[in-house]
Amino acid sequence: MCPRSALSLDGLTDVRLSHLQQLEAESIHIIREATAEFDTPVMLYSIGKDSSVMAHLARKAFHPGKPPFPFMHIDTTWKFRAMIEFRDRYCTEHGLELIVHTNQEGLADNINPFDHGSQKYTTVMKTQALLQALSTGGFDAAFGGARRDEERSRAKERIYSFRDRYGQWDPKNQRPELWNLYNGRITKGESVRVFPLSNWTELDVWLYIHLEQIPIVPLYLAAERPVVEREGALIMVDDERMRLLPGETPRMEMVRFRTLGCYPLSGAIRSTATTLPEIIQEMLLTRFSERQGRLIDFDEDGSMELKKREGYF
Amino acid sequence: MNSEQERALIERDIAEFLKRHQEKELLRFVTVGSVDDGKSTLIGRLLHDTHGIYEDQLNAVRRASKQEGADIDFSLVTDGLRAEREQGITIDVAYRYFATEKRKLIIADTPGHVQYTRNMATGASTAHVAITLIDARLGVLQQSRRHAFIASLLGIPELTVCVNKMDLVGFDRAVFVQIQKEFGAFCGKLGFTGITFIPVSALGGDNVVARSTRAPWYDGPTLLQHLETVPLPTVQEDDAFRYPVQLVLRPNLGYRAFAGQLASGRVRKGDRVMVLPSKKTTTVAGIDSFEGELAAAFAPMSVALRLEDEIDVSRGDMLVHPERAPEVKKRFAAMLVWMSERPLDLEKSYFLKHATQLVRAEVEGVEHAVDMEHLDPVEAKHLELNDIGKVVVSCHKPLFFDPYRVCRATGAFVLIDPISNNTVAAGMIQAESAGAAKDTGAAQLGPHSLVSRGERRERLEQTGAIVWLTGLPGAGKTELAYAIERRLFDLSRVAVVVDPDDGVTTGGGPRGGSPPHAPELASRFADAGLVAIFAFASPLASDRDAVKESVGAERFFEVHVATPIERCKERDQRGSYDALHGPLEYEPPDAFAARASLAENDVDTLARELVDVLLPRITR
Repeated sequence: MCPRSALSLDGLTDVRLSHLQQLEAESIHIIREATAEFDTPVMLYSIGKDSSVMAHLARKAFHPGKPPFPFMHIDTTWKFRAMIEFRDRYCTEHGLELIVHTNQEGLADNINPFDHGSQKYTTVMKTQALLQALSTGGFDAAFGGARRDEERSRAKERIYSFRDRYGQWDPKNQRPELWNLYNGRITKGESVRVFPLSNWTELDVWLYIHLEQIPIVPLYLAAERPVVEREGALIMVDDERMRLLPGETPRMEMVRFRTLGCYPLSGAIRSTATTLPEIIQEMLLTRFSERQGRLIDFDEDGSMELKKREGYF
Repeated sequence: MNSEQERALIERDIAEFLKRHQEKELLRFVTVGSVDDGKSTLIGRLLHDTHGIYEDQLNAVRRASKQEGADIDFSLVTDGLRAEREQGITIDVAYRYFATEKRKLIIADTPGHVQYTRNMATGASTAHVAITLIDARLGVLQQSRRHAFIASLLGIPELTVCVNKMDLVGFDRAVFVQIQKEFGAFCGKLGFTGITFIPVSALGGDNVVARSTRAPWYDGPTLLQHLETVPLPTVQEDDAFRYPVQLVLRPNLGYRAFAGQLASGRVRKGDRVMVLPSKKTTTVAGIDSFEGELAAAFAPMSVALRLEDEIDVSRGDMLVHPERAPEVKKRFAAMLVWMSERPLDLEKSYFLKHATQLVRAEVEGVEHAVDMEHLDPVEAKHLELNDIGKVVVSCHKPLFFDPYRVCRATGAFVLIDPISNNTVAAGMIQAESAGAAKDTGAAQLGPHSLVSRGERRERLEQTGAIVWLTGLPGAGKTELAYAIERRLFDLSRVAVVVDPDDGVTTGGGPRGGSPPHAPELASRFADAGLVAIFAFASPLASDRDAVKESVGAERFFEVHVATPIERCKERDQRGSYDALHGPLEYEPPDAFAARASLAENDVDTLARELVDVLLPRITR
């Protein structure tokens, strides 16, 4: 991402960074700032494309050293197998410290997306699991890959988003955030979610992945995959735990995923895009926001805001 | 290229589109306006017409629009949170994103109602352009002037005025020209680099993205064209190098570099740089990035700098151009936007964040506030939520700063409440130097003292105060004063007694008058953080009032030692009554003073009772 004009000693007048270079510089600044100001930061790593960009930026921020904080994955045990393989390979390759947390109580109770509905399942295996992991680890800051363009309620999210001791977000009581002067002051027990990608859009993320050749989970690219159609969404049969309804038979279709999560809750889209430029092309041409494929948002209007108040990202 | 052509290019040649998109510039702008002047509709229209709204978001908006089947309510696109939707009002800053052929644009959308100054300041802090709306039917309102004033205060170079609802005045050119003339005259004095007026109808989409056919007399740019062409800042020859150090990178023993983001200017390998606060100079040995070593870097790049010499550099330090160093001072004048429900407390010590430094700081005094109705300076003692004022700030450690007008990144700071941890104010350092900053009288020790009241209070764990014991000669004032001092000392407080027999203070005499410089002396003690117990008969109310006036009522505790005169005469050891030759004229204090009588209690009990009352007031 470095500008050409930084490669020589002349022509340093009237220069300016492109929008992606500015976003990159801003994100690196945020990651370094939070690392310096908090005692025990952690980077939440969801294995998705935004996490991949964030991890890449974290590696840049501390180059030639490694990011001085662990990466944490909340594993619901229902993630795509390809995601877990990718996670382990990426963290090993770059020497990143990985923490994997699963809500053991939820696991013991066999909380799953089939019997308990997406809302309860998400609350137990994602929201509660995340809060458990943060408090067990004693983390006072958690980096997240959320962007403000994802959903209406995120448009007002701060870059340093303050959470009370229960991990909750109060949209009416947010700290003013001016310039690049972030307020990292908290009392013991409270924490801050830090969003270095706040000002990135989905297009920025894809373009950056393309230009920087950042590795991503292959599920983002179209391939023949076994799917069933359920309530208008294409669900991939990723393992034998998938419960097929009467009359459902998995069939091979050329599909890809716009967002990755738990496979029974992630809708695929029919696509032939097998390269990054083709994905971007498809994304620009079909004007559907990425959360269309993520079933949890359709419970009710404003549901993301409710989940955030409860502690979900 | 319009959006249709862009779409065609995406379809035909995605590689070419990506190449062009990669080179796009970034423009951040803030939109201000109140609920009624159509700002949300304008942004909704801008996003809709540039395809910045996704289909499902649009569906959600359609769902939320009250009348099904009616036109899309564009304002719902930007009105984000549930509570706000319920109230039907935007109450916070919302950020929106869209891209045109040339630029990526970030909108900070802020409400413009008078009590939301803080939101506008927040949105304006990172913006390069401010867009304000004027309702064509209503003309220039006071709030339009306020918005322009705040935009200029926050250092936004470009002001864009959308004269909206032109459809409701029949696209009358005269209306537009009149507003342009009137508002232009006002804004011309505010120091903007550029001011642009555009006649629009947000509802109809006229001159927002598409050119209006209803205003043939207007030949200027549409709003979008303007946003695509308004000049963007670049790094200039005379921008001084400023590099606040974020952290030290030390992955192994052989490598040490300083991570940071250039706040201003540029730096080359081999440049001489100075480290603040140590003022040591050295040479840049290398500029490192993930991609490898760079020959140079410029603002706002995030890099890592290696230095030739092993000098001590840590977070909060700043690398600067050695001949063009910033100001290095603890005390300076600043404009402050107060953002908290709890008003500014001159007695309180705040955290101040500036660049990468977090220091303790006090606001010494308010020079003036800005009357937001008429935008004139008015006298003020403190600042409340949404107030703007000029203040003098005193920090415990020096800051390395430039005036905000010269460099936003090194001229801006925020104040943080040390108890609630809330961000309570935004500050912009003023050009005039600290020495010239008028002494506000808040720091009575004068401009020479480098120790503030707040620091003293922190050290001594008490605020200074005057306990003034008044009463007839022989009433037991001196005895009581020393008992109070002892009691305070036992409670780990710092106190001192001033009385006619202390051998230092003049005054006293048979009439027990207060010493001639009592008001000055008392305020000196109180400012030093001490509890000074004065034991003088001080029969004249005017003498006591002069002391009260000098130290301030909140630091003055008057105690009437009201022992009956018969007991006083018995107790008197100075022979005061014999020397008086006649009765003593004594003016007792008003009912607000505490009362103590040696006829009713012993000295220790009285001292304990008085200290019980006093203690919470000096340790609050």
